[in-house]
Amino acid sequence: MSAITRPGLTPAPMPPTQTQTQPPAPATVAGPVTQVRVVRAEWTKLLALRSTRWCALAAAVLITGLGAAIAASGTAYHVSAGNSAAKGVSASLLGLLFAQLVVGVVGVLAFSGEYGTGMIRATLAVVPARLPVLWAKLIVLAGVVLPVTMLCAVAEFFTATAINAARGGSVLSLTDPGVLRTVVGSSLYLTVVVIIGLAFGALLRKTAAGLSVFAAVFFVIPIVVAALPQKITGFAPYLPSNAGGVLWGSPLGSAQALSPWTGFGCLCGYAAVLTAAAAWRLRRGDA
Amino acid sequence: MIEIDGLTKRYGDKTAVDQLSFVVEPGVVTGFLGPNGAGKSTTMRMIAGLDRPTAGTVRVNGKHYPGAAAPMAELGILLDARSVHPGLSARSNLLALARTAGIGRRRVDEVIELAGLGEVAGSRAGGFSLGMGQRLGVAAALLGRPQTVVLDEPVNGLDPDGVRWIRLLLKSLAAEGRTVLVSSHLMSEMAQTATQLVVLGRGKLITEASVEDFTDQATGTGVLVRTPEPVRLGQLLAAPGITVVNDGTDRLRVAGITAEQIGITAWRAQLPVYELTPTHASLEEAFMQVTKDSVEYHAGAIR
Repeated sequence: MSAITRPGLTPAPMPPTQTQTQPPAPATVAGPVTQVRVVRAEWTKLLALRSTRWCALAAAVLITGLGAAIAASGTAYHVSAGNSAAKGVSASLLGLLFAQLVVGVVGVLAFSGEYGTGMIRATLAVVPARLPVLWAKLIVLAGVVLPVTMLCAVAEFFTATAINAARGGSVLSLTDPGVLRTVVGSSLYLTVVVIIGLAFGALLRKTAAGLSVFAAVFFVIPIVVAALPQKITGFAPYLPSNAGGVLWGSPLGSAQALSPWTGFGCLCGYAAVLTAAAAWRLRRGDA
Repeated sequence: MIEIDGLTKRYGDKTAVDQLSFVVEPGVVTGFLGPNGAGKSTTMRMIAGLDRPTAGTVRVNGKHYPGAAAPMAELGILLDARSVHPGLSARSNLLALARTAGIGRRRVDEVIELAGLGEVAGSRAGGFSLGMGQRLGVAAALLGRPQTVVLDEPVNGLDPDGVRWIRLLLKSLAAEGRTVLVSSHLMSEMAQTATQLVVLGRGKLITEASVEDFTDQATGTGVLVRTPEPVRLGQLLAAPGITVVNDGTDRLRVAGITAEQIGITAWRAQLPVYELTPTHASLEEAFMQVTKDSVEYHAGAIR
């Protein structure tokens, strides 16, 4: 049938020999995927997203702004036998209870936002090994949350102390027992919280589900448990927010609290287990 | 080159792709056809390593793609115009992908121009029309100058200018010796672009052929003959592999033999011939014939 002409159709396929004599394709411009490159890619995304800036602003307002407002209201704080300097700092860091939700949203969205929009397919198609994407998001988020919240917490400490002193209260110092731990600990706490949010996002993939679970674990359950009789809440100190909260003196902490660094270690343990589960899910299933 | 061998994908009870084996050669545009739900997109996702095969293997340029050192040099893929972050600009979307392979801003700007996105590169991709999203997706697939390009429905939502752009682009990629696999439901477009075809139905391979061979074997391809002696000419032409259909008038529909050969046969037997017209099934007709038994979702008759 080769003699038949067919207007509108392409000519006969090229014989195989022609393929070999074709000019070589222009060299690729793509280099190997490295962890550093994937980190840069995730940094590009995070920096270009508007929500990042809004969340950073919200965290600053909730930590520093609310802290200053607390210091300026009620009675001025006086250090005494029952009221340590660290306790006073913790009280003015109350905004952390809300800032942790903002940080959790950032963490959850890092993955669920990509699953929800479909961008995850583009992301994982260019990094088919997949795990470098999880590590990159973790590094970038922790790398942003740690310095930003540290700055907010330190600014909060000096602002609140200055206001307290101006109102006739005690002059608190970073060198007072437990104060430095409380200030730095609040930032460390939020850094681990963002990693837990990231793991929830990667595990649940849906923004609504991720945020609900996060809010339940860090906000609803601790409050409900605190209201229950102590006989049945022996596990309360081990709830993530209670365990980690000891480091910065969370007001929601339970009666039989762990020691600060044991509690923080416990929180890190949760983060490690959840991140491992997220890695397993990311690596194993369909994208 | 893409080599697919025994590829199977099951989602629960449903088998989306069933024992699929075919090879996509470099240097030509290969069309990937099949009715809705035939398993084309699932196969493409498995090529990109996004879905894990239940059984079987996929090799891209001879390698296991998820293990490739420089994935963007091996494969560029468009799966869905909505594979972008709506909160990021077109440029940021591309830059984020480019960074993973150390591709610089110059190449990003190059593909932005190539895709005709120059004026909207700084706008958030969430505001893009389907066609613009499609152009962005194609730009992303081309970023790394990959050896193999896989595009799922690239002309979907494109204006005529964009359709023409895709057609020329695919041909030039193939002419550079790259492997090009493209799916589409627009048969006329496919007929103009592709030279090889892989046709799926219900997750199984129906045929793997050149466009020419594919349409040749379809009913409707042959020669229309008008003669006052249809019965005698029909008897003379009859042979294994040749079909002759006489509808009771002076017309014969002959398949499996050329117009020239029919003319010579008629002349030797001194039979008059009024008309001798080669006819050809369109790609669409050929496609409908081979897939009619494997169409998953039939449209009801219009009442």
